[in-house]
Amino acid sequence: MRLFRIQGGVHPEDRKGLAAGRPIEPLPMPQLLHIPLQQHIGAIANPLVQRRQHVAKGERIAHAQGPVSAPIHAPTSGRIVGLGLYPANHPSGLSVRTITLQPDGKDRWHRRIEGVGDPFALDAAEVAKRVADAGIVGMGGATFPAAVKLGLGQRYTLTTLVINGSECEPYLTCDDQLMREEPDAILDGVRIMAHALGVTRVIIGIEGNKPEAIGAISRAAAQFDQIEVATLPMRYPMGSEKHLVKTLTGRETPARGLTADIGVVVHNPATAFAVHEALRFGRPLTSRVVSVTGGAINKPRNLRVPIGTKVEDLIEHCGRFREEPQRLIAGGPMMGQPLPELRVPVMKGTNGILALTAAEVGGQTPGPCIRCGSCVTACPCGLVPLTMAAQVRAGNLDAAASAGLMDCIGCGSCAYVCPAHLPLVQFFSHAKGELAARGRAKQKQSATKRLAEQRAQRLEAQKRAKREAMARRKREAEAKQKAEAGANTERLPKAGDSANAQALAEAG
Amino acid sequence: MMQHTLVASPHAHAPVSIARSMRLVMLALVPATLLGLWQFGWPAILLFSVTLAAALLFEAAALLLAGKPMRPSLMDGSALLTGWLLALTLPPWAPWWIGVLGALIAIVVGKQVFGGLGQNLFNPAMVARVALLISFPLEMTQWVAPQPLFSQQAPGLLAAFGISLHGIAPPWDVLSGASILGDLAMEVQQGVDLTNMAPSLFPAVNAAFGSIPGSLGETSAILLLLGGLFLIRKRVIDWVIPTAVLLGVLVPATLLHWLDPVRFVGPLIHLTAGATVLTAFFIATDPVTSPVSRAGQLVFGAGIGLLIYLIRTFGAYPEGAAFAVLLMNAATPMIDHYLKPRVFGRDRRGRPLPVAEDAAKERG
Repeated sequence: MRLFRIQGGVHPEDRKGLAAGRPIEPLPMPQLLHIPLQQHIGAIANPLVQRRQHVAKGERIAHAQGPVSAPIHAPTSGRIVGLGLYPANHPSGLSVRTITLQPDGKDRWHRRIEGVGDPFALDAAEVAKRVADAGIVGMGGATFPAAVKLGLGQRYTLTTLVINGSECEPYLTCDDQLMREEPDAILDGVRIMAHALGVTRVIIGIEGNKPEAIGAISRAAAQFDQIEVATLPMRYPMGSEKHLVKTLTGRETPARGLTADIGVVVHNPATAFAVHEALRFGRPLTSRVVSVTGGAINKPRNLRVPIGTKVEDLIEHCGRFREEPQRLIAGGPMMGQPLPELRVPVMKGTNGILALTAAEVGGQTPGPCIRCGSCVTACPCGLVPLTMAAQVRAGNLDAAASAGLMDCIGCGSCAYVCPAHLPLVQFFSHAKGELAARGRAKQKQSATKRLAEQRAQRLEAQKRAKREAMARRKREAEAKQKAEAGANTERLPKAGDSANAQALAEAG
Repeated sequence: MMQHTLVASPHAHAPVSIARSMRLVMLALVPATLLGLWQFGWPAILLFSVTLAAALLFEAAALLLAGKPMRPSLMDGSALLTGWLLALTLPPWAPWWIGVLGALIAIVVGKQVFGGLGQNLFNPAMVARVALLISFPLEMTQWVAPQPLFSQQAPGLLAAFGISLHGIAPPWDVLSGASILGDLAMEVQQGVDLTNMAPSLFPAVNAAFGSIPGSLGETSAILLLLGGLFLIRKRVIDWVIPTAVLLGVLVPATLLHWLDPVRFVGPLIHLTAGATVLTAFFIATDPVTSPVSRAGQLVFGAGIGLLIYLIRTFGAYPEGAAFAVLLMNAATPMIDHYLKPRVFGRDRRGRPLPVAEDAAKERG
């Protein structure tokens, strides 16, 4: 099929050979699972269980809060031993509410786990509801609740479902391996999603460095007319949602908009697999495939890992380190985040654990920008990173924002090619965070101002009311007094008169 | 154990650095430089060494004065490259102080007063060359015919010191002559029919290989071209600027030569004579002083090429590469301001692209 060009992008060494082709291997059940309640974009889930409670595999242990959220299910049967704070799989290393589960070793499914005979007989809302109930989120790493995206058909006229099998991050092979091993399950999930979205066209895009995955998916897709498989050029960031859609359909998503604005919804193959599991068998999302790889890992592997397993357990299973890693990353090397420590758990969005050697990281002390323009050529968004970086460094964040900072997707292509080794993504992340904080502060300020004004008005009104009440009372009192005084004067003169009369009489 | 420090992504880097780029550019200059040093002999070797050493010294002195760390800046090779490029554009037998003064102007005035690497508006080597040309027109236009090292006529090391200290005095003055472009300008002024003159005056083959009078490192168009192609292949420079410069020279040269071969020389001479190729691949591609976007680079390169042609053909100077580069350097901030790439999802004017009419049900 015809593909369309996107501007920019880089060609990092893909290093997928380390873990590619290694069959997905189930990780032995660890001693303890630490299941964070915040594994998705949106509101934190609300725990449903108590300490010492026994739960079965697939039992809901936390429910979604609000429209953008996701429930969480027990990855295995066992006993809840903790309900508190635990270090998050997030570079901040801050703690997040976490349920700690001690597996009982039986891995016993919950009795109400039950699939649907014919998912295609369900209406869109019912499919979305089941996907929501299964706690499925975008498994490419974005972790946006999948059901919300499946519900977009109600608000937009959708034409196309794109399955993002590009896996453009170097090193990662989890989607590749899943596509090789479970093409039929993925295709089933894809068709269920297409049914829910009401689209007529499905395109599965896979980068050309995964010929086995392309072969497997193409064979599985051959019997469905509506499904096309496209071999994508190997270029990072091909997996960026909007860039992928442009490549496959030629249509460009408007800035600050959604791909749904041009009638397209994008999902990940692992999400499709999870949808298949949820609809056909009623199994909620309780495990995922993680690539444990990198030059410092002894035996790189693709593992099916129960959610909540400590990263330490994965690394242990992969024969620990071949050499001391310089960096430990959750996700790919281009957009992944450093792991604060090894105790942190695997989450629904954890697609890779990388242990990179110093040579692989290739870091150098930053030098001065020589305006070479490599970053301009590399930027897939058409920005001028060097100008934005200079503005951010000068503290001129508003200028950076008007130069397009908010159109930056943080893909890191600019920093990857920078000969001065400037931490461009760092500058931009800092500026975005600072601008967001300023926005919040401004909002708070205006809210405070509004409240203060309202309070002042209220106080003024109260005062006025009080004054008026006082004045009224005074008037009333005066009136009363006057009235009384009137009565008195009527009486008094009489008394006076009588007194006078008395006096007069006495005098007389 | 592992680093717990917060590090922003990406956690991988292309195998590039400023020092690597500078090293590769110098490597690409080696063949043309060696040829120049060989055919202009000891005086050229002295001038070259003095200019490079002075460039490094002035860089170190300026860093010291500014209180900046010396090692990273000296080690990145940028000062050495500036000195090198300047030396290549000097007359090969120019006295030593031309090289030193040029290095001073290039490094201190051209670069460090702006704030060092990456901050200068103008190409330092060209600033120095133009300043020297205007201040010392005599020393800057004394050309010699190639006298290969160890050949009979070539000056020995001792004689070379003499030339470097006292200038081209007898008996060496018999070797000096005009450059090709200088000759041409004179012929045109005297109304000579170029169709008869040019071929004998200007053997393009010699010019391509470099055995002609001219600046120290500008004489061999072929070696410079090979160096330039090597840089493009190594992705140190992009093809846009060199192509635009060459087209900027060649298109008007071809056109005018076709219209009036009596008054205008053909494109081959413009391509191989003077600093055309050196400028296209090594001077105009200076990252600091050229625009950052593709479109900007196209305009910038074409502007340089066109200005070179105009100055050579209609200006008072026989060669105009340095002037052309400086003029376009001055236009770079404006070019960068106007010729930005289109932002993804936005139109040229920065407004978000329209939403497909049929897509949003709510918005109608």
